[in-house]
Amino acid sequence: MATTPVDARAIIQAFGPHRSANTRGDTAVEPDRLVKTHCCFCGQQCGIQLKVRGNEVIGFEPWEDFPFNRGMLCPKGVKRYLQGSHPDRLVTALQRDPTVAAGFRPMAYADAIAQTARRIAQLQQQHGNDAIAVLGGASLTTEKTYLLGKFARVCLRTPYIDYNGRLCMVSAGAANKKAFGIDRTTNPWSDMVGCEVIWVAGSNVAECSPITTNYIWQARELGAKVIVQDPRITPIARTCDLYLPVRPGRDAALFAGVLGVMIERGWIDREFIDSHTVGFEQVAEYCKTWPLQRTAQVTGVPEQSLLQAAELWGTARSSFLFHARGIEHHSNGVQNALGTINLVLASGRIGKPKSGYGTIVGQANGQGGREHGQKCDQLPGWRDISNPEHRRHIAEVWKIDERALPGPGVDAYELFRKIDAGQIKGLVSICFNPIVSLPDNQFVARALGKLEFYAAIDFFLNDTAHHADVVLPGSLHEEDEGTVTQVEGRVIRIRKAVEPPGDARADWRIVQDLARALDRPHGFTFGSPREIFEELRVASRGGVADYSGITYEKVDEQMGVFWPCYSHDPATGAPTPDHAGTPRLFEHGSYNPVAKGKGPFYFPDGKARFNVADYRPPVDDVDAEYPICLTTGRVVSQFLSGTQTRRIGPLIDQYPEPRLELHPRLAQKLGIADGDWAVCETRRGAITVRALVVATIRPDTVFVPYHWPGEKSANKLTVAAQDPISKIPQYKVCACRVRRAGAPPAWANQLEPQQ
Amino acid sequence: MAVPQHLEFFVDPGRCIGCQACVQACTECDTHRGHAMIHLEYIDRAASTQTVPVVCMHCEQPTCAEVCPADAIKRSGDGVVQSARKPRCIACGNCVVACPFGVPELYIDRAIMMKCDMCYDRTSVGKKPMCATVCPSQALFFGTREQAMVLRPQSMPTNKFRFGRQTITTRVNVMVPRSEAVPATVDVTASLQDRPHQRDARRPAHDLTDPFAAVEV
Repeated sequence: MATTPVDARAIIQAFGPHRSANTRGDTAVEPDRLVKTHCCFCGQQCGIQLKVRGNEVIGFEPWEDFPFNRGMLCPKGVKRYLQGSHPDRLVTALQRDPTVAAGFRPMAYADAIAQTARRIAQLQQQHGNDAIAVLGGASLTTEKTYLLGKFARVCLRTPYIDYNGRLCMVSAGAANKKAFGIDRTTNPWSDMVGCEVIWVAGSNVAECSPITTNYIWQARELGAKVIVQDPRITPIARTCDLYLPVRPGRDAALFAGVLGVMIERGWIDREFIDSHTVGFEQVAEYCKTWPLQRTAQVTGVPEQSLLQAAELWGTARSSFLFHARGIEHHSNGVQNALGTINLVLASGRIGKPKSGYGTIVGQANGQGGREHGQKCDQLPGWRDISNPEHRRHIAEVWKIDERALPGPGVDAYELFRKIDAGQIKGLVSICFNPIVSLPDNQFVARALGKLEFYAAIDFFLNDTAHHADVVLPGSLHEEDEGTVTQVEGRVIRIRKAVEPPGDARADWRIVQDLARALDRPHGFTFGSPREIFEELRVASRGGVADYSGITYEKVDEQMGVFWPCYSHDPATGAPTPDHAGTPRLFEHGSYNPVAKGKGPFYFPDGKARFNVADYRPPVDDVDAEYPICLTTGRVVSQFLSGTQTRRIGPLIDQYPEPRLELHPRLAQKLGIADGDWAVCETRRGAITVRALVVATIRPDTVFVPYHWPGEKSANKLTVAAQDPISKIPQYKVCACRVRRAGAPPAWANQLEPQQ
Repeated sequence: MAVPQHLEFFVDPGRCIGCQACVQACTECDTHRGHAMIHLEYIDRAASTQTVPVVCMHCEQPTCAEVCPADAIKRSGDGVVQSARKPRCIACGNCVVACPFGVPELYIDRAIMMKCDMCYDRTSVGKKPMCATVCPSQALFFGTREQAMVLRPQSMPTNKFRFGRQTITTRVNVMVPRSEAVPATVDVTASLQDRPHQRDARRPAHDLTDPFAAVEV
């Protein structure tokens, strides 16, 4: 039974989100110790010191020695510590119980593990191993993501595992794989200071990766021109040199048009293209179909601005191009990302100290979490689960018969379709709140209701866990140790500051307890995250994401290690215990185990691939009935589905509830004033939120941030269209209509802002 | 214990992204009981995302102290204008009205004025102020003048501000675009009457004109 036991409001009343008990720590209280670790939120992974007294995190102190952020933090980082000692913290396991007011009652941890194992075993006996699915997340440490992938394949023997990076990193990952044969940002961020041009495509840098702002603007201080492509004039766009106000969902057309001009004017690096790439001619042919006039018409960007972009980008001597979810969250997301890569390859500016390319990862471990096997088609070391050689290597490390290793599963959304179709009967989830974060989430809620058994591991009762039969109390970021790989590809240490409270456990222990209770403990007897990491090193050896030379000690000594980092020289096989890692990819003359010296890129011929980046209009495009583009995104004080940030009082106060941003001209046409309640309706559903009338958004587009659940959820509106290659959902555009609401929504006086 | 003379505060509103990391970090401090002493405002959110952070400018001749009838506001030898002294402050609000930068605030419940003291607990022991430490865009920068000049070649620090006939010199600097149009002393009151003109060569046209003019609704 995975329907909600009682009314959602009753569950919220008992389990929150409530505001944190405090709004700040008491700086008059001296901490026992400072623990150097990182923020638990986004992919920047800022270094931070947590103040600890007894078994409580009581505050923070900037960590100015950590090289990436040198003490800088965003408001989430400043207030992150308030998630500890929170009244909503789960300190026992919970059992669904419709007879109690809260819908859940506490249960003994051992009973929760036993019941979960019993139900999984029953369902697998009745319906086969693949009746159980696992959902993971990219905010977990790399050790946990590795263990989770192994747990699904080796213990549960199901192909069905996927993770919330499906909502985040996969378009960039797929494009990088197609173009470079490796999936990582090419340079450390410090490299961008001193370059001539920075192109930011679809990234609200100031709100979603605030620390990156300082790097971009430091580059600008030294003379770099900044191009920003976004339907909104975000803070990073406000002072840029060239603003490209692209219409949502038209990015691939923009890249083709601009590259077309560059080719026509000779603003390309012919020598680099000839010696280091393949596929340019087909791309050049395709770009001919995007003359400026057509490009301008489709993208909504003036011809003059497109020309300027081509000239700025085409004639620069050094450059960086960054993109993020703005171009990736599309049913054409991989093509959009490939479009940017084509611009980079045509310029020849990659693999150099002041020139690079990268996606700005969203989640804490957006990079590491996509490398070691919690993705449905992947094995550790960025290996392919369909590749016989890769399977053999991993089966050997895991000491199992290769034939026992399941094949590829399906993406997270398809997994819900399989639940809806009755093929998947049971689910174990951790670090994923799909009822808030997946598009068309009313479908997700219906699908969850069909599960015969659902066990959720979390530290707070997240919105999806309302559907759970059993909730296992997991660990907060500061209650466990491990590694993550941040935005630059730098592997860093997450240090434990406090013990999990009550019955709560480190997540990896919970997974191993389940394996033991299922009587399948083989391979799940690790004594610490460090032991998991040691096995991961071996498993990743020889893969593209090679961590074999990384040790916890090396991470400490170097303040992070950029992968690949080899335990043995890939060319000679000689041990390389001092290999420092690879801060910069694709450098001239560099050796990699795929190209074996033939070139800097990770293909057998050592060459990068141009790919025709075809423009397709968005699914659910505007029409007479739904004439406005809806786009979604984040605000600086909230993070993802808000499980943590909607519980931290000062962050709630900074941006309490979702608002619908619209341009004054559109507002005037619709008769909506700033602060009015407005109904935003799509083919999936409608929500009523307050209007924010601002001239910083395209007049044909509205924006709603997505961090809230239920009747405030932007993902009630979004469309479940997915990219055919990456399976990323098209969050960044769908058709909607907007009107002034006759009355406030029912929730306005029933729910607190964060609920 | 004093704030070293070679360390200065530089505010660059052009870099501010409005994230409120400074405000949130300021509320952490016990010396002002969790109230943020930094002000962060949108200039005009309907038109732009431009925000401006305002810390105490720490004037050489602090107007707040000059108008204080109770002599509750002291400027220490290192140039930091301290928050009101509890035993002396009579919560009259003279300083609040008189400060040309709008910095002091009256806390009626505690019957005291509180304002930014440049994190004296931190800066007097060699640390940076909390806001300037965390600011992710470094709109708030604390360091030496030499560092500031290297990091901000496109702007120059100014610490002279004219309000009508009053000229104020401050310990805190504001970064202004390096162009001939910028006088040695920024005439603040004139800016209040005129519409701001484009002094910043870096400021793109879309800040002043509508980049969406051609978009149909």
